[in-house]
Formats: sequence, C-alpha cells, structure tokens
Amino acid sequence: MEKRTSYGRTILAYVVLIILAFLCLFFFYILIINATRNHAQIQQGFSFLPGKSFWVNLHNVMNDANIPVMSGIKNSLIVSGAAAILATYFSSLTAYGLYAYDFKLKRPAFIFIMLILVMPTQVSALGFVRLVTGMGMINTLWPLFLPSIAAPAVFYFMYSYMQSTLPLDLVEAARIDGSSEFRTFNRIVLPIMKPAIAVQAIFTFVTTWNNFFVPALIISDNSKKTMPILIAALRSADFMKFDMGKVYMIILIAILPIIIVYLILSRYIIAGVTLGGVKE
Amino acid sequence: MKRLGKRDEISYAKWGYIFILPFFIAFFIFQLIPMISTFYYSFFEYYRSGLTIIGPNPVGLENYQALFQSDFPKYMGNTVIMWLLGFIPQIIISLVLAAWFTDVRLRIHGKQFFKAVIYMPNLIMASAFAMLFFALFSPNGPVNAFLVSSGISAEPFRFLTSVWGARGLVGLMNFLMWFGNTTILLMAAVMGISPALFEAAELDGCSSTQTFFKITLPMIRPILVYVLITSMIGGLQMFDVPQILTNGKGTPDRTTETVIMFLNNHLYSKNFGMAGAISVILFIICAILCLVVYFVLNPEDEKAQRRRKRGKELKKKQAARAGAAEGRA
Repeated sequence: MEKRTSYGRTILAYVVLIILAFLCLFFFYILIINATRNHAQIQQGFSFLPGKSFWVNLHNVMNDANIPVMSGIKNSLIVSGAAAILATYFSSLTAYGLYAYDFKLKRPAFIFIMLILVMPTQVSALGFVRLVTGMGMINTLWPLFLPSIAAPAVFYFMYSYMQSTLPLDLVEAARIDGSSEFRTFNRIVLPIMKPAIAVQAIFTFVTTWNNFFVPALIISDNSKKTMPILIAALRSADFMKFDMGKVYMIILIAILPIIIVYLILSRYIIAGVTLGGVKE
Repeated sequence: MKRLGKRDEISYAKWGYIFILPFFIAFFIFQLIPMISTFYYSFFEYYRSGLTIIGPNPVGLENYQALFQSDFPKYMGNTVIMWLLGFIPQIIISLVLAAWFTDVRLRIHGKQFFKAVIYMPNLIMASAFAMLFFALFSPNGPVNAFLVSSGISAEPFRFLTSVWGARGLVGLMNFLMWFGNTTILLMAAVMGISPALFEAAELDGCSSTQTFFKITLPMIRPILVYVLITSMIGGLQMFDVPQILTNGKGTPDRTTETVIMFLNNHLYSKNFGMAGAISVILFIICAILCLVVYFVLNPEDEKAQRRRKRGKELKKKQAARAGAAEGRA
C-alpha cells in the first residue's frame, strides 16, 4: 500500500520536474535556434532545426557600429572581474577582522553590516550619480566596481564560512612563527577560504555582469557601455526595422559566457548556494 | 584563542580596525554619503525645466505630498501585483519540489540535473531574458506562431497591449528566474531537520502530506520568513524585466510601471526632489524589511538563553542562509 502511493507520487514528481525543466530550457533552445537563422526564416515561423546563418548573424553583429558588442563584452568583463576580486578580497578581510580580533567596536560593526545586508542600492542612486559626477567619474567604469569593496552579503557568507572552517589556533600558531598579521591573512587564511572565495567570485561576477540599473545611469558613452545597456539600446531602437537574427545573436552573446561557466561549474555553484551548510 | 593576554589583546585590536577599514570607507563614500544627499534633496524643489535648473529651494514636505498625489500609489500597486504573480507560484512550487527532493520514500533520479536546470535562469541577465521574451511573445514571434498554427487562438495575441498579458509575462519571468534558487534554499533547510523527526513520524504512521504540514513546514519557518522578506525586497527593486519588456513605458497605460521605473524616469529627467522623496519612502520600507531579516538571521539576539542548546543547528542554518543572502542582494 505504502509502496504503491510512493510510486504514484514518484511519477507525478517526474512529470512536474520534466515540465519545469522544459520551461527553463525551451526558451534558450528557441534563442539558440533563432540565432542561427536569418531574418526571413525567423519571420516565417518557428522551426526546431537550426538554420545556416549563424556566422552571417555573428558577422553582422560584430560589424554594427551602433551596437559595439566587442567593447561591450570587454567593458562587462573588466567591471565584473574587478568587482569579483574586490568584493571577495575585501569581504574576506572584513570578515577576518571581525572574526579573529576582539575590539571595542566589533559587535556594533557586525550588527551594522547585518542591518544593511539586504538594503538595495537603488535607494541611494540619486546621491550616487551626483557624487560620481562630482568626483569626475561619471561616464567611466570605476564607479561600477569600486563600491564592491563594501559587499555586505559576501561578507556575511565569508564570516559564516570562517566560523565553520577556520580554527583560531592556526592563526595563533602563525603568530608564534613570527608571521605578521597581514601575511597570516594572505598566506594562511585566504588559501583556506578558497572554496568560499571561488563561489562568491562567481556570484559577484554574475550579478555585476547582469547589472543594468546603475550602469545605465552612469554610462552614456557608446564605447563604455556594458552588455545590459546595449540590450536596452536594442529594445529602444525601432524594433520592427531590426534584423531579428541579429537581435537573437546579441542576446545569445550577452548570456553565453555565464551559461558556459555554469555548464562547467554548475555542481559547485549550486553547492555554493548552501556551501556553509555542506561544510558543517 | 580569543582569550589572549591583556597586553596581546590591546596590540592585536588595532588589526581588527585596520582589516575592517576598507569596507567601511567604501561603504561611507559609495553608499552612506549618497544616501544622505538623496534624503537631503527630497526636501528641496530641484528639477530641470527645459534647459534651466530650478532650485534647489527648500520646500519641506511638498515633494512627499506631490508624490502621493501622483501615480506613485498606483506604481506601488503594480509592483506588488507583479511581485505576487511571480512569488505565489514560486513559493508553492519550491516547497513542493523541496519536499519531493528530500523525501526518502520517493526515488527521484537525476536530482543534480534537475537542480542545475531549474537554477540556471537565476544567472541569466534579466535584461537579456526580458528582451528574449519580448521577441518570443511579440505578435509575429514564435509563441504566437504556435498559438495560431495549433488553432488555440485565431489571431496573434498581443501580450504587451493586454494588461494581464504584460503583467503575466513579468510574473512568469520572475517565477522562472527565482523558483530554482528558492527550491535549493528550502531543500537545504529541510535537510537541516533532524532525520529522527521524520523517522518518528513514519513510525507513527504519518502520511507524506501530514509529515509535510506538521513537521517540515513548522521546522523551516524561519527560512520561509527569510525567503519571503528577501523576495519582497527583491520585488521592490523590480526594474530590468518590465523596463526592457515595455521599453521603459510601463505599457499598457502604465499598468506595468514599477516604483523603480518611476524613480529611474525622475533621475533621467533630473527631477531630483521627487527622486529623493521616492528613495526615502523606499528606504523606510526596506529598513523595516532589513530589520526582519536581521532578527531571522540572528535569533540569538532575542533568545540568547536558548542559543547554547541550538548553537550548532543555528550555525548550519545561518550558513545556508548566507548563500541566499548573496543571491538576492
């Protein structure tokens, strides 16, 4: 009796899972197919088979002066890479400072970061744009990654990870060996934090790569635009006149780097969502 | 090792400050100062009319009055509606999937594959995803081609000129982007429950449904609250998807215009007074939600005495939530 009900529920579970998986994958399947077809074919309707226009579309996208995709990728890579490095390094440093040392403002500092953990940046966007303008950094890439030095969510992850994996005896041993505090952090603590750093670097990279709101306010120069702004420009252009093969190709280019990284590292990324718990 | 000699403590405390300094400097420059100036401008008449800048002249609370007489409440309503359209299916599906994935009585193969697939949309650039949906659901796009050729609809359905079509698309995209993430979080929470509880329930003859409602749900309540609140904060920030989908116009008839799209319009038209007022209201709402998150993540502040007993469990849960906090921030 018990076994039969479980059997039925297993089938139900599979059906639901397959439908959901189909929903998640099918849109990307259409995207990839349509990126390989030319405008006329796309207008004729959908096909499950890829066309032969992949290279033509790619060539058209690369040579469109209005949508500088190559510089868009380059800018996005610079901003996301720098943000990932800054966020993980300084968050680890902050977490270590609060984890390994005792000082008067330790608890207030911790509570403060926890309070701003999920505060959206949008609430200070107005002041941010004015400040950046005042600093002469408007229309540059700097303001897109420098704020990552203060990343409360990354800090919290690092702090939780340290609690479960970093014994303070190790720090003490390094001290006895005469290692300076900075050296201890860089040579002993950081290597132990590697798994957490890798996961958070990926997440920060992805978030920054996808970020649209702030870059759209800061960047106006075509050559400094990141990928999301280029996508938005595509949407605001007269859509009907567009070569749809090109549109699909640009969308594909914008999300492909992340998909490739995800295909290779999905196991670690998913584990990373709950990494500390696994480590315990 | 925190119990160092008094002399040592003094000499090492300095390093604590040095190590946390960069974070706080960056925070003060890039977040706190902007926030203060944002709040400051909310009390000023300060906008651009043509090429001339009017103000800043102090006007007290006039911006706030004007804000509530404008369409702001309507945009707030739009945001809440579109958030609910995504969140309700998201939380239901995620709970069901988390229960299934962790149920030992079900033997689901390929869990890793399914998890990988349903989490993927969370990493996709929201603006590119919205652009893709715009192309797919346009009157001559593949979805309408399918609807017409299969006979479901006689003529192409104009999703973006229908109020519930457009809102539904935004909800659908939010659902697709977040249900995988929520599922993984809830799964971690369920797996954190002591297996002894489930074994006892099974011995007592509980059905799967009973186990779910009487054990699983109450045990994961803190993380459910966490998911709800962070999702609300994420929902308040809803921007990329409706902005790209409707080209920033909130069509049809501004029924998909969100609060952040409204803020964005004021920032572009350099109406700083009104933009400031919107930001302050957003800040107040988010600050309340942030407080809830704080108490969910730091329950020891409320019940310090119970902390020792459950210390280990707490740590586990906190670590699991750290991943969540990261994803949603």
